[in-house]
Amino acid sequence: MSTARQSTTRTIAAHGVLILYTLIALFPVFVIVVNSFKSRRAIFADPLALPTAETFDLIGYRTVLQQGDFLLYFQNSMIVTVGSLFFVLLFGAMAAFALSEYRFRGNSLMGLYLALGIMIPIRLGTVAILQMMVASGLVNTLTALILVYTAQGLPLAVFILSEFMRSVSDDLKNAGRIDGLSEYTIFFRLVLPLVRPAMATVAVFTMIPIWNDLWFPLILAPSEETKTITLGSQVFIGQFVTNWNAVLAALGLAIVPVLVLYLIFSRQLIRGITAGAVK
Amino acid sequence: MAQRKSFRWHIAVFLAPAVLVYTAIMIVPLIGTLNLSLFNLDEGNRIFVGLRNFATLFGDPRWSGAFWNALANNAWFFLVHMLVQNPVGVMLAALLSSPRLRMAAFYRTAIFIPTILSFVIVGFVWKLILSPIWGIAPGMLDAVGLKSLFAPWLGREGTALTTLALISVWQFVGIPMMLIYAALLSIPDEVIEAAEMDGVTGWSQFWKIKLPLILPSIGIISILTFVGNFNAFDLIYVSQGALAGPNFSTDILGTFLYRTFFGFQLQLGDPHMGATIATAMFGIILVGVCLYLFTIQTRLRRYQF
Repeated sequence: MSTARQSTTRTIAAHGVLILYTLIALFPVFVIVVNSFKSRRAIFADPLALPTAETFDLIGYRTVLQQGDFLLYFQNSMIVTVGSLFFVLLFGAMAAFALSEYRFRGNSLMGLYLALGIMIPIRLGTVAILQMMVASGLVNTLTALILVYTAQGLPLAVFILSEFMRSVSDDLKNAGRIDGLSEYTIFFRLVLPLVRPAMATVAVFTMIPIWNDLWFPLILAPSEETKTITLGSQVFIGQFVTNWNAVLAALGLAIVPVLVLYLIFSRQLIRGITAGAVK
Repeated sequence: MAQRKSFRWHIAVFLAPAVLVYTAIMIVPLIGTLNLSLFNLDEGNRIFVGLRNFATLFGDPRWSGAFWNALANNAWFFLVHMLVQNPVGVMLAALLSSPRLRMAAFYRTAIFIPTILSFVIVGFVWKLILSPIWGIAPGMLDAVGLKSLFAPWLGREGTALTTLALISVWQFVGIPMMLIYAALLSIPDEVIEAAEMDGVTGWSQFWKIKLPLILPSIGIISILTFVGNFNAFDLIYVSQGALAGPNFSTDILGTFLYRTFFGFQLQLGDPHMGATIATAMFGIILVGVCLYLFTIQTRLRRYQF
């Protein structure tokens, strides 16, 4: 009996701590979202209150949508994130397949070379990257950002995916070979569909830093036409620092897309992590 | 097998795109940066100066004060993460992985949400909360009768850096939590059952059985934290600006590099000294990673199930 009671106490304590921390984690998000729907006066009068019929006001969102080129920024962020993600997943999976499937001279050396980038941040090469982009006329283009993010995401993608691809059954691939499938068909038709959970994990870990990055958009593509939403909201906050409705609405708008993507992927994410790679 | 197999083109095709992009955009610029740090301008001409830039950075009073200040701040920033972020992450993961816990998926998803937010959002919202003017924090402290404890933490030299480090901890605690959670789930049930048979339960089970098994994961998290912290920039930049105020008390290597390379206010940008700082950061990260790999990693015992 005593053990049963003890474990109930423990469960309650565990829930208590977790609820407390969840509140700490979500509180700032709550503050942004709630206040972005309130009138200016209500924001200052009682920042923690929920919007009521009286205080509900969409003025902030209207300002943002009229004023800033937020749709353009949003579109730029989408293009950069989706483009980089596509290349990271495609090139990363191809390299991971080569490293995990075939034995050739220099295999582990190549693996080590590609894994180097996990430890060494690409930012340290910024000086030379900027010079290179200036020389090739890619400054202020989205292409420059996609190239940089692809290079940045590849090391981790190759590392995680090659761990996963080792677990794909050899019999399956050999059966494919006996049926006369080319190596390319085996990769695209047999192996890729089987490592989908790992691809989701890589996608989340690649996507978040790209979407949120401020450094490279600030340095490589700060022009009006190529601003990403992160840089755009940073500049917007600088200009509208006293217009709290607009700033809060801009922040609210910046949270939504990445939150939606995260909620879609989150189930795959934990499955991907627990299945092996990052141990 | 008399003949060597013919060259297998498909391997090259599979490897080529990744290796090319990675080499061209990451490795070559990195080497270029290391190389650039060995040159400087002399009456408009680029000349080879060997390691003199480093001597300037570490010794010349115009540079060294800022550099050592940034390095010391960065070390403190890292220490706060190690002392707060990782223990809290481990604790949350341990609680989450307790058997038959309801709503575990909800907690996990919610606690990870700050990690997916951009620095712009994080920096701004905490500035709002801690602001003495709008004042959610003073109001809340007032409600529990602790108003006297409130201070404009972000605006004071003594507390600004620690406050920012704690904000960063708040943002990233989800990563150690997720990785440790995964490691805890991968401990086989037999091991836990055997421990329970021997009467090892609860906290002592965590300390004596689970913690030794997840030490390798804690090691990886520590090194990821190290690399991330010594490369940090965004949070300081969005909340305190490139000048890392007040009075450079929150200046870390990332903001120092940015200011040096791009210039600020009256100082012109200096690519050579910028490259020198980047190379110094590269060296620090490399030394840290090697120390970890050769001293700690080799001593960690790994268990195979």
